[in-house]
Amino acid sequence: MKVIFEHVTKKFPGRGKNKDEVIAVDDFDFEIPDGKLIGLLGPSGCGKSTALNLICGLLSPTNGRILFGEEDVTAIPPERRGVGMVFQNYALYPHLTVEQNIIFPLQNLKGAERLSKKEMHDKAVEVAGLVQIDALMDRRPSELSGGQQQRVAIARALVKLPRVLLLDEPLSNLDARLRLQTREEIRRIQTRTGVTTIFVTHDQEEAMSISDLIVVMKDGRVHQIGRPQEVYDDPADLFVAQFLGTPPINVFDGRIENGSLYIGEEAVLAWETVLPEGENKETAGTAPASDKPIPVTVAIRPEGFVVDPAGPLTCALDAVEVMGRDVSVVCRHPKLTSAPQIRAVIDADEQPDSAREQVRFSLKPHKVLLFDPESGERLRTGW
Amino acid sequence: MEQRHLKGYLYLLPAVLFLGVFLVYPLFDVVTYSFEEGYNFASQTYRGIGLYNYRYVLRDPYFLQALKNTLLLVIITVPLSTGLALVISVALHSITVLKDFFQTIFFLPYVTNTLAVGLVFMILFARTPYSDGLMNLLLGIFGIAPIDFIEGPYAAKLFVLSFYTIWIVLPFKILILTSALAGVDENLIKAARIDGTGPMRIFFKITLPMISPMIFYLVITGFIGAFKAYSDAVAIFGVNLNAAGMNTIVGYVYDMLYGDSGGFPSYASAAAILLFLIVLTITLINLLASRGRVRSN
Repeated sequence: MKVIFEHVTKKFPGRGKNKDEVIAVDDFDFEIPDGKLIGLLGPSGCGKSTALNLICGLLSPTNGRILFGEEDVTAIPPERRGVGMVFQNYALYPHLTVEQNIIFPLQNLKGAERLSKKEMHDKAVEVAGLVQIDALMDRRPSELSGGQQQRVAIARALVKLPRVLLLDEPLSNLDARLRLQTREEIRRIQTRTGVTTIFVTHDQEEAMSISDLIVVMKDGRVHQIGRPQEVYDDPADLFVAQFLGTPPINVFDGRIENGSLYIGEEAVLAWETVLPEGENKETAGTAPASDKPIPVTVAIRPEGFVVDPAGPLTCALDAVEVMGRDVSVVCRHPKLTSAPQIRAVIDADEQPDSAREQVRFSLKPHKVLLFDPESGERLRTGW
Repeated sequence: MEQRHLKGYLYLLPAVLFLGVFLVYPLFDVVTYSFEEGYNFASQTYRGIGLYNYRYVLRDPYFLQALKNTLLLVIITVPLSTGLALVISVALHSITVLKDFFQTIFFLPYVTNTLAVGLVFMILFARTPYSDGLMNLLLGIFGIAPIDFIEGPYAAKLFVLSFYTIWIVLPFKILILTSALAGVDENLIKAARIDGTGPMRIFFKITLPMISPMIFYLVITGFIGAFKAYSDAVAIFGVNLNAAGMNTIVGYVYDMLYGDSGGFPSYASAAAILLFLIVLTITLINLLASRGRVRSN
């Protein structure tokens, strides 16, 4: 089932001392395609859980419409939306067994949809098999591990064949190993059932690894929607560039002058065209010829550095961390603004001499991204 | 014994000492008295040992009346007050506007003096040579003939006493249940709603089981409290409860000790032990009945 946001805004009234109203979701206007796994990604407080609650109907939007396919569900209460939801703390009914938890939604069906006890049991067993908890049907939630509880929650959300499956921070309560395993599991279950699945996370790695599509949000606004690799390679703005990727992208103050990109006094890349989106081609196009430098924010992915004794970018070397497959070069540069140190990931074979005090890099052009220092908007480059 | 154990027992000593002297010792003493025939405080003498006191008490029409009153009071007030408290708590829990205001109103009786409230009840219900009382005035509107609630038929008196008892125990129950309701994980309710559950089913299948330990606690303490009723009856019907036919078991015990017919510690002790046995039995039945029904954490 397609989920469509039509200019959806959700405001919360101010309370007590904070009189200002909070805009948790600001003019969402996009479409979530049918049968895909979508990650809503953003730092905490960005409105992603609010967005989820708008879809399931626990919250209703201040403005705008929400559609499931052709049907406008904006005014439909959560009971009748036909969505399945997995809560962050799973929200399993503690006084019921696993099986009773799973068939709970089925017992709500009325009229022609009503199922016999046998049918309910069969459905519960089927969906329990899908999430591999069929051996635990008589246990109570308190007797299960976190990972098992989560599977029960997923089974309960799936048993009535929801139109949309929603997962709120599904992996945050699991330990690191289980998290890796469970995210594969979610992917597998989604592929098997084909249910449009939307999950919320603040962990970019989690979102990138399993989503068909990610929606990057901040402060209630959608910054970018796209396939994970697309968003990583081609971020719309500095926030998206910085939010995605581990280790994070390295950000420098730079400028464009005389047809080259400068970081400090070093011309690190030859420049061909810089064209801010929507900006007049003539004025932008003539800029490099002039001797007036254009300040830009330069962001370089960790894998964009190549150790090169003759390279243009000179950094003070702090450490070389060997990770096996590849090597992290930790160094400093006076123009770096994102963190105290640069973290460059290079191939283990190209390891620099860690006894040296300096390291020189050349840059892979497609890993170097330019942004407007004022607005953070991406400056599209032609290299 | 380790030093730290010694210290622990040392800290427990004051409490143990006081409880032992003022609670445990008298308890055993009462058991002894109840078997000693015609025990006399002044001379510290008794005629013999046996079940005579129990036989006497169980044949005493005043005791039987007190037993009947107490049992009826328990059976009427415990379920009604608990049910009413549940309804009010759920209502309080579901409103947002004026919630604090109503919470305060419902809690007020708790901080009011029992006897003062009893007096007010008496004035509301009593008939005097000059008026039939406010309640009869209200009943008159519906065309009901005036009833003497304080000195009239048994059912009317029992009604007043039950009404009063329910009113006085309600605040505590509401307090406990509203906090229990507030403690129910909001996400469980949300999850149930998303799963298409109607409000009645959410209440009976989720909310009620989640607060069942608290309801159970209230039923147990409610039973015990109602069995120990005494001051309520005094507040409404005065000290001569036997004459009013509204005595309770605790009232009977008191009368046997200090009342006009008093001076019989042996009978009082036997009656007290009988009360203890009744309360113990009921509590055990409660515990057994709740097993498996009340959610354990």
